[in-house]
Amino acid sequence: MKKGSSEVFSFKSRRQQRLDDGGQINRLEPINFTFDGKKFTGFEGDTLASALLANGVRLVGRSFKYHRPRGIYSAGIEEPNALVALRSGDRHEPNTRATAVELFPGLEAKSQNRWPNLLLDYLQINNLLSPFLSAGFYYKTFMGLPGWHFYEYFIRKAAGMGDGTKFKDPDKYDKKHMHCDILIVGGGPTGIAAAVTAGRAGARVILLDNHPTLGGQLNGELFFLDEKPAHYWIEKCVEELDDMEHVTIATRTSAFGYYDSDVVNAIESVSDHLPEPPDYQCRQRLWQIRAKRVILATGATERPLVFSNNDRPGVMLASAARRYVNQYAVRPGNKAVIFTNNDDGYKTAFDLARVGIEVVAVVDSRKKIPEHFEKELNEKEIEVIPRSVVVDTHGYFGLNSVEIGTLSQDGKTIESNPFIVSADLLAVSGGWSPNVHLYCHSGGKPVYNDAVEAFVPGALSQNGHSAGAAKGSFSLNDCLHEGHDIASTLVKALNFESAKQIIPETNEKNIVPIEALWRVPGKGKKFVDLQDDVTESDITLAHREGYVSVEHLKRYTTLGMGTDQGKTSNLNGQAIMAQEKAEPIEKIGTTTFRPPYTPITMGTLAGRDIGLSYKHTRRSAMHNWHKQNGAIFVEAGQWLRPQYYLDELEQPSKENMDTAINREVQTVRTSVGLVDVSTLGKIDIQGKDSAEFLNRVYTNGWTKLPIGKARYGIMLREDGLVFDDGTTSRLDECHYFMTTTTSNAAAVLSHMEYYLQVQWPDLDVKVTSVTEQWAAMALAGPKSREVLSKLLPTRNVDNESFPFMGVREFDIEGVPARIFRISFSGELSYEINVPADFGEFIWQRVLEVGRTYNIRPYGTEAMGIMRIEKGHVAGPELDGRMTAADLGLQKLLSTKKDFIGSKMMDREGLKDKNRPRLVGLIPVDKTSRVKSGAILVKDPTLAPPVPKLGHVSSSAYLSPTLGHPISLGFVSGDIIETSKKVWAVSPLHNESHELEITDPIFYDQKSERLHD
Amino acid sequence: MLIINCPLCGPRDHAEFTYIGDATKNRPKSDDISNDDAWYDYVYLRDNPKGLHEELWQHSFGCRCFVKVVRNTVTHQIIATGMPKEDLILDEKGFERSV
Repeated sequence: MKKGSSEVFSFKSRRQQRLDDGGQINRLEPINFTFDGKKFTGFEGDTLASALLANGVRLVGRSFKYHRPRGIYSAGIEEPNALVALRSGDRHEPNTRATAVELFPGLEAKSQNRWPNLLLDYLQINNLLSPFLSAGFYYKTFMGLPGWHFYEYFIRKAAGMGDGTKFKDPDKYDKKHMHCDILIVGGGPTGIAAAVTAGRAGARVILLDNHPTLGGQLNGELFFLDEKPAHYWIEKCVEELDDMEHVTIATRTSAFGYYDSDVVNAIESVSDHLPEPPDYQCRQRLWQIRAKRVILATGATERPLVFSNNDRPGVMLASAARRYVNQYAVRPGNKAVIFTNNDDGYKTAFDLARVGIEVVAVVDSRKKIPEHFEKELNEKEIEVIPRSVVVDTHGYFGLNSVEIGTLSQDGKTIESNPFIVSADLLAVSGGWSPNVHLYCHSGGKPVYNDAVEAFVPGALSQNGHSAGAAKGSFSLNDCLHEGHDIASTLVKALNFESAKQIIPETNEKNIVPIEALWRVPGKGKKFVDLQDDVTESDITLAHREGYVSVEHLKRYTTLGMGTDQGKTSNLNGQAIMAQEKAEPIEKIGTTTFRPPYTPITMGTLAGRDIGLSYKHTRRSAMHNWHKQNGAIFVEAGQWLRPQYYLDELEQPSKENMDTAINREVQTVRTSVGLVDVSTLGKIDIQGKDSAEFLNRVYTNGWTKLPIGKARYGIMLREDGLVFDDGTTSRLDECHYFMTTTTSNAAAVLSHMEYYLQVQWPDLDVKVTSVTEQWAAMALAGPKSREVLSKLLPTRNVDNESFPFMGVREFDIEGVPARIFRISFSGELSYEINVPADFGEFIWQRVLEVGRTYNIRPYGTEAMGIMRIEKGHVAGPELDGRMTAADLGLQKLLSTKKDFIGSKMMDREGLKDKNRPRLVGLIPVDKTSRVKSGAILVKDPTLAPPVPKLGHVSSSAYLSPTLGHPISLGFVSGDIIETSKKVWAVSPLHNESHELEITDPIFYDQKSERLHD
Repeated sequence: MLIINCPLCGPRDHAEFTYIGDATKNRPKSDDISNDDAWYDYVYLRDNPKGLHEELWQHSFGCRCFVKVVRNTVTHQIIATGMPKEDLILDEKGFERSV
C-alpha cells in the first residue's frame, strides 16, 4: 500500500466525535498525546481509549494470531483488544489497556503486533491462512518435525504481544501494610453504601477502587437517585466518608489477590496517570491489607455475543458504548445497531439516541420483549427487532454494515434471509458475569445461576462476603441495599453498634430476564476470546478431539490465557463447550481463577528489596578498618569478609591476588598474622545441665571438660551424618561458649533449641546467639605469643600458664577479652574475642603491638589455604553427606553414651569400607590447578558412563608452604588401598589432571607447632 | 499470609516463623536399644495428610519458641496453636467461621 492511501484513509476516518457538552471530562484542560506518532488532543478525565475515539480513531491494534484489525471493545480493565505500548525508553511498557490508561500530557502510545504499520500489516496473511491455523495447529504441524527450535522463533514472532524493554526500570516501588475491620473492594454503588454504613458504625474501613474516582458503574450510566443524578449521592457519601478518620478511601488502587487469613493485596497506581513520578515519589505501591471482614463489591463484566465477524473495529460492549457517551462525552459511532439478549440493549439505545447517534435498530434475541420500554422506544423512534440476531458484519478496517436475521424457534438456524443495514457502531450485550475472581482466590467455588445466566459466588470461604453485582444482583436498588445490609451484618459481628442509612430511591425499570444466547448460527469467524483469537470453531474442534474439560479446553485453545485472563470470554467458551457436550454449564464448571486479577508490575512485588537492599549485608566490627586498608571483600553468605589485602605500603600497590595471598600465608607461617573471624557462629550456653546437653549434641565426651578449656567437637544429624563442627569452651561451672561454622550458625542454634524445647524440656539449659555481640580475631603464627605477651604485659601467657586449648579471660587495655588458644591455621594461635564495640580498637591495638614482628592482616583465602595445608575440614567437606569416618574423625565418636545420630550412624551403608573418605591430593605435575568440584575417575579417556571414584572438595592453587598446588577430596576406600593415583576431570572446563593420593594433613602432621 | 498465634507472643505473621515439620513424631527413648524400626520411622517416615495436620513452626524472628500448629492442609486454616508438648483439643468441625 502506498503512503498516500493510508493518509486518505486516516483523513476519512478521523472525524471529531466529541460531544459539545456533558460527561465527566474537563474541557478547560486539553491534553496533547501521540498514537503511532500522530498528534491528538484529549481532555483531563479521558482515558487513552476515550481520547482516541473522540478523535475518530477506531483501528488501534492487530489481533494476536490472525492479525485482524481491531478497535476499542470495552471501557475498562477487561479490554481484550486495545492493547498498546505506552511511553518509550526505559519507561516503555507493552500491553497496557488503552481503556484503563488515564490520559496525561505528552503520553506516547504505539500499536502492537503489526508490521510495518497498523493499516499495512504483512502478517494479515494469517487471516487468509486461518482455515489452517486452528487450535493446536503449530504443535500438530511442527512439533513432530525436526527443527522445531528453528520454526519456533518465527512462529513466536508472528503471533504475539508487545515487546518489553531491556532497560533498567528507573522508577521506585513501595510496599505498605494495613489493617482494618472491614475492607471493601470496589467503590461502586454497593461499595459506597457499605462504606457509609460501616463507617457510621465506627469500624475501621478501607475502601478500594481501581478508578480515579468512586462511583463504578454509576459513572457510566444515567441513573437518578432520589430524583437527582447519581453523582450527587456519590459526592455526598464521599464527603461524609472523607470526614471519618477511621475510613480510608484509596482510588486508583486495584485489589489483585485474596490470600489466606483474609489478606488482600492491592496495587495503588501512585504516578501512572502522570508523565513520570514526582521527585521522591514511587510509581506504584503494593498494599497488603489484613482485614477482619472483606466485602467484595467487585461488580460485574459484560459479556460479548458470539457471531460471525464480531471483532471488527466498531463492535463494542453495550455498557462501554454507554460509558463513552455518558462519562467521556464521546460518540463511539454515528449510526448504531444494538444486539442484546437482555435489557441492557434498551438502556444503551436510549443513551445513544440522547446524544444524537442514529439508532438503526435494537436486535433482541429474546422471545419476550420488555413492554415497559415501549413508550420511550416510540418517542425516540427506535425500532426493535425481536427474536433476531446479528448474523454477520462487514467492513475491513472498521464496521460499515450489519446483517440481521431471525432466529428459528430452536435457535439453531436463521429462519429468513438476513437483511443488511449500514452502521458504524454495533453495541453488544450478552449479559453480565459477576467478578468472582477475588471470591475464588479466597477459596470459594462459584455456582451457576440460571436466572442471571452466570457463575455467582457460592458458599463463603474465609471472611470475604460478596455483595451487589459481584453476587449476581444487577439492579441498582439491590446493589445499594445489599451493600448496606452486609455492612450492617458485619459491623454487628465485630461488636459495633449498627448504623442506619437511608437508601435512596432509584429510577430503574423492572427487569425482564435474560435469555441465554451463547452463539449465533453462521459460517464466518465467531470470536469467543478476542485477545487470543479463539473462535467458536476452535472450541467445537477441541470438543471433537476430546479436549472437553474446561482445563483442557483452556490449554488446547488458549481460551482465557491472555493478559485479560478471559474476563469477557471464559463463560461464553464454557457455555459453547456445554452445548457441544449437551450438558448443563454447572457440570462443565470454570477454570481456577488465580491472582493477579489484573496484570501487575514485577517492580511492585519487589518493592525496595532490590540491589543492595535485596538481602542483608552483615559487616564485622572491623569492617571499616579492612576497607581503609586495602581489603578486597568476598561475600560469605550475608557477610562481607576480607578475601585478601593488597599491600598498600607502596602506592599504587604492586600486588595482585596471587602475590597478596602468598605473602599473607608466608607471614603467618614465619612470623605472625591477624585474621577477622567475627563471622563464626557464637552461642552462649548456660544452665546446670549444660554439660549433659553438650554430651547429647556432640559426638564426643563433654562431662570432664574443665573450666578454662576448649574442646573440638562434631555434631551429627539424627540420620547419623555430620552436621557441623566447632569448638566449645567451658567458661564457668554452668557456662559454655560454642562456636559454629559461619554458614551453619543459624541452623545449629535452631537445632539445639529444638532439642531443648521439644525433646528434652527437662534439661536446665539456655542457648543464645552472641555472634554479633563479640568481635573475634585470630592472632596466628610462631610470633603470636610474643605479640600477646606485649599486649598483656602483666600476664603470664607462656605454654604452661596458657596451654593449647586453654581459655582465659583477660582485660586488654581495659577491654574485657576472652582469649582461646585454638588454631585453624596450624600455627600457634590465639583467638581474641572482645565486645563488638571494641573490635576495631583492639584489632588496631594488636597490629600496633605486633609491628615489631611484621604482623600483617590476612584474609579468607590465606586462611583457607592454611587449613587445607593442615587438612582441617570446613564447609566444602561438611556437605551433609559425610559420616564422621568419611572425614577421618571417627575417633570423636564416643561409645560410652548416646548422642544425636548415634542410633543411625552405624547403619550398613554408612559403615561401608569403600565409602569415599578424606584424602589429600597433589597434581602429579605439581603445577596444575584442580578445580574444587572436579570428579575423580580412574582414566579420563574412558567413554561414559565412567564410574565416579570421588570428588575434589577444596583446592589451593598454590600452597606457599609446599610450593605446589594441593587439594582435599574424597576417594573410595578400595581405591585408596589399591591405587596411588586418580584423575580429576572437569568436563565443563574440558580439563583433566592426574593426582597423587596423599594424607590429608600436608603440614606439621604431628601438630608440634600448635602445642609448644 | 497465615497468622500464627504464638503461645508466648500472640498472633503474628507467618513470615516471622520457620516451618520445622511434622509434630506427631516422637523421638524414641535413648535407652530403646536397637529399636531400628522406631528410629527409621522417626527419622524418615512422614505422612502427607489431606486435612488436619499437626506441625511444628519456630518463631524464629520472635521469641524463638517452637509452636505446635494444627493446620488444615487443604484450606490452610490454622485451627489451633500451642506449646510443643501440649495436647490440642479440636472441635470436630475444626474452625467455626463467625457471621
